[in-house]
Amino acid sequence: MSQDNYPIQIHDMTIAYHKKPVLWDVDLDVPEGKLVGIIGPNGAGKSTMIKAIMELVPKASGWVRVYGKEYGEMRKIIGYVPQRESVDWDFPICALDVVLMGRYGHIGWMRRPGKQDREIARESLDLVGMGDFAERQISQLSGGQQQRVFLARALAQDARIYMMDEPFAGVDAATERAIIDILVNLREQGKTIMVVHHDLQTVTEYFDWVIMLNMRVVASGLTSDVFTDENLQKTYGGRLTVLSQAAQAMAEQRRGN
Amino acid sequence: MIEISGSFWIVLTGVLATTSCGLLGTFLVLRKMSLLGDALSHAVLPGIAIAFLVSGSRAILPMFIGAALFGLVTTLLVEVFHKKWQVQEDASIGVVFTALFAMGVVLITAYAGQVDLDQECVLYGEIAYTPWDLLLWGGDSLGPRPVWILGGVLVLNLSLVTLFYKELKIASFDPAMAASVGINATLIHYLLMGMVSLTTVASFESVGAILVVAMLIVPGATAYLWSDRLAVVIALAMLFGAVSAMAGYFLASYWDSSIAGAMVVVVGGIFLISLLFSPNQGVLARLWQRLQLSLQVAQDHMLLALVRRDEEVEEHAKLRPDELVGSAAVWGVWARMAFAKLRRRSLVQQADGLIGLSAAGEQEALRLLRKHRLWETYMNRLGLPEDHVHDPADAIEHFISAELEAELGAEVGDGRDPQGKQIPPSGIEG
Amino acid sequence: MLENALRFMTMADANVRFVLFGSLLIGATGGLLGSFAVLRRRSLVGDALAHAALPGVALAYLWTGSKALPVLLAGATVSGVLGVLLMQFVINFTRIKADAAIGIVLSVFFGIGIVLLTHIQRSGSGNQSGLDKFLFGQAASLVEDDLKVMSVLAGLIILVLILFFKEFKALIFDPGFLQTLGYSTRWIDVLLMGLIALTVMVGLQAVGVVLIAAMLITPAVAARFWTEQLNKMVMLAAAFGGTSGIVGTFISSLAPKIPTGPVMVLVATFFFIVSALFAPRRGVLARGLRRRGNARRETQQHFLRACIELQEKIGEGRAWPVEELAIELGHSPDKVKRIGQQLAKAGLVARGDGRFALTEAGLQEGLFVVKSHRLWEHYLYYRAILDADHVDRPADEVEHLLTPEIIIRLEDILARERGIDPAQIVTLHGTGSQYRRGGRE
Repeated sequence: MSQDNYPIQIHDMTIAYHKKPVLWDVDLDVPEGKLVGIIGPNGAGKSTMIKAIMELVPKASGWVRVYGKEYGEMRKIIGYVPQRESVDWDFPICALDVVLMGRYGHIGWMRRPGKQDREIARESLDLVGMGDFAERQISQLSGGQQQRVFLARALAQDARIYMMDEPFAGVDAATERAIIDILVNLREQGKTIMVVHHDLQTVTEYFDWVIMLNMRVVASGLTSDVFTDENLQKTYGGRLTVLSQAAQAMAEQRRGN
Repeated sequence: MIEISGSFWIVLTGVLATTSCGLLGTFLVLRKMSLLGDALSHAVLPGIAIAFLVSGSRAILPMFIGAALFGLVTTLLVEVFHKKWQVQEDASIGVVFTALFAMGVVLITAYAGQVDLDQECVLYGEIAYTPWDLLLWGGDSLGPRPVWILGGVLVLNLSLVTLFYKELKIASFDPAMAASVGINATLIHYLLMGMVSLTTVASFESVGAILVVAMLIVPGATAYLWSDRLAVVIALAMLFGAVSAMAGYFLASYWDSSIAGAMVVVVGGIFLISLLFSPNQGVLARLWQRLQLSLQVAQDHMLLALVRRDEEVEEHAKLRPDELVGSAAVWGVWARMAFAKLRRRSLVQQADGLIGLSAAGEQEALRLLRKHRLWETYMNRLGLPEDHVHDPADAIEHFISAELEAELGAEVGDGRDPQGKQIPPSGIEG
Repeated sequence: MLENALRFMTMADANVRFVLFGSLLIGATGGLLGSFAVLRRRSLVGDALAHAALPGVALAYLWTGSKALPVLLAGATVSGVLGVLLMQFVINFTRIKADAAIGIVLSVFFGIGIVLLTHIQRSGSGNQSGLDKFLFGQAASLVEDDLKVMSVLAGLIILVLILFFKEFKALIFDPGFLQTLGYSTRWIDVLLMGLIALTVMVGLQAVGVVLIAAMLITPAVAARFWTEQLNKMVMLAAAFGGTSGIVGTFISSLAPKIPTGPVMVLVATFFFIVSALFAPRRGVLARGLRRRGNARRETQQHFLRACIELQEKIGEGRAWPVEELAIELGHSPDKVKRIGQQLAKAGLVARGDGRFALTEAGLQEGLFVVKSHRLWEHYLYYRAILDADHVDRPADEVEHLLTPEIIIRLEDILARERGIDPAQIVTLHGTGSQYRRGGRE
């Protein structure tokens, strides 16, 4: 495949948090049309990786290409579903308002959402089974419903690549099934979906491609090839004292201690 | 009877007030409760006004009671609004203290005849009148009343802080842990707030609400830029407060303005100076450290360039100055400074216009090379492809300590790096 | 005083009209912007900005010799913004936390302002009585020119707010997401801060530096209690603010010694208290009533369950004497009678003769409650590995919260993992299951 056919290419990306590297030299290519699971222990840098791709956190080194181009040029084709706890669900708006935010990229500065945007928003809500809840205040929604609203927002963007951060955390079984069905559907349409996932039990069932992270990439490839006991041991079992110590040393020196 | 000048009393009053505030304020700042301190100093105003109205005099005891009461009311109301009524914390504080302060101003202006405070005095006090506000005892003057009051408050504050030092320390840092060792963090909290209210009232007449707020927050925050040991921070806070009082008085006489305001300006100046010049936290110090770091990195790169050339040509290589500077990958000026440093450390020697490594320099360079190649090998083993390991190693080689080097060596062993080059052994001779 | 009031009411006096309009404007813009400031958790930054504006006012006068409002406000804006920038710098580059940074800027800048103000006063270079109205506000001093300036500012604020409403909404709710769409959250934030600064400027003369922050906070907080929709909240906040402005100015006109700022704040606070207590869903009283309603529902459900369980023990349904129910429930007989009466009114039990019996409807309801309770006991026992004699209490509390979805899930788990037919679950207890109620059997 040529350069431009990879939805995401990451080259030697290191990310530091408060001057301390948390992800080292990530180097991988994500193929198109796959449901990709990103797994690893807590603090492994999974969320950080997708945030870094979307330039929500700065990179200490390395680069990212989206279909061969810079992220800035291609951001419109990436749909983001952040962690549910990242917002205050007590904010005074309704579900439809949240989904409409997904259209802001198409609407542009200072203009208001139009009729077509509202229709798209409602359709997205229907797709996730929340059509009847459009006018419901978000503070009155359950966890699973909130997650679906977040997904609907990303769907309203009509993206080619989707990045989702722990979409199944704390949702009920029915919602989980509903979300996976939607994601599989998206994959059938040729989209690429990257999902930060926390539940090892469901990896083989849900994902055809998996990235295993623990401060660096342990493995990346087809689930059937890469999701092995050996790799799991490396991801979850290993002590990475050297990496941690090096990170600590860098942070201290750069902070001037 | 010795004639003590009015200035002395004024300065003393200021010093006593600012020192008390600095002492208590440190705990507020460290507990991230600065704004509660701000709120308290505004909110005691209605208490003072009511005390005036009720007692019909400037007697201090009713004012203390009134202030303590309203201090308590403030703390309680903020808790109720935030926890029970579910208003955001910063908004709760804002609603409570503005309402109470407004109430106080209305009382003062409405009953202007009966209350001996005017609205400006509330803000910045009347410290200039201190020498005439005498405490009379059986016909003899014992000195200005504010001095006695503030002195007493200072003694009280010092005693309480000393008595409850470790409780305050733990409750400020980790309330949950405090509870587990039997210290009632809530009690400590209300104790602290009570002391702040008292100190505020005692200072009010002399220095007004503004000075109190400033002296609660600024000295403690400034001291925190100099140290992170609690006892040192407290001592510095009190020192900064006292200095501000003294210098502020003279500034005000020089520029004919409000004394309390001048004291605040001085403490602000101390803060600014600390912000810039504090050895650990100051802006200049940080810039200096960054500069030092980039110089170090530049030197390392130059040493590596030389030792790599050594390897290629298998003899003691020499580079031209511009080649060497180019290898450092930094701007011309820094590169030249780095080169100068290498010369001073006798790591390089110059002959016939060409530069080579000295014996010491070769040792240092080989050590660096070892670290670089150890890291390359380590990352390669972790899964990074061979052609990707150079750049990361380039970045980290400067931060690898001796212990880390030893650990890497243990993990990776000796041998060759991913590009097939020999890893220099440790404890090298030359 | 009466003639002041009449002057006000008839509005014949142009001055009164100006003052009223000005106060309305201030209160309204405060409420508008305040909604965003409060939701963005920037309430007290507005306070810092206001206090930091004081030296600017004094310096503007010192340098230009003019007391024209635009000049003074320009100075105020510059020093206010400078203060906020310094605050940001301290937060970003030192270990001093946000609250202390706000306090430092607030008090030090204010102190500088006081020094300048008193210096002007004492140097006698001009009466500075025109300047100290900026401390506590004097709406009565508003003249037509001032009003023009304020109207322009207010108009600008409203315009920008309308244009960027959706951006501000998204910024506060989910800035990360907004950024991925290509919007610069930093610039939107700066714009919002700029609007807050302008709002402070609008109100500075009438409310004063010390209390203007209240107009940004209190009306918005009051409005929040009434609605769950952002646009309604913003409108309501503006209404509360504007009304506070008008009423405050009116009251203050009755007693000219009292400055307008504090009175406006007190009126706004009154709105806050009323809203907090009496607002229909989010208000304190409404919530208290709901809690009482829930507690009542719980005790009623316990009653029904007690009837069912007694029924199981005996083997058939009867009318239960109050005393027996009292023992079973652990309530006093009076309480039992009260609950029974409530249920009788709802048609769930029938009473007669000092006894209570379940009606058909009561039976259905009771069975549902019992089933929920036992499902949850099973779950706690098998999944959460609680001891058998520990499950009753927790189940007691949770059973009322189980939604139909959760119940289906629980039945599913039991069927899959324990092979228990959910339909059997109600009878399990009756056939001597291992659960015992602590101490009662």
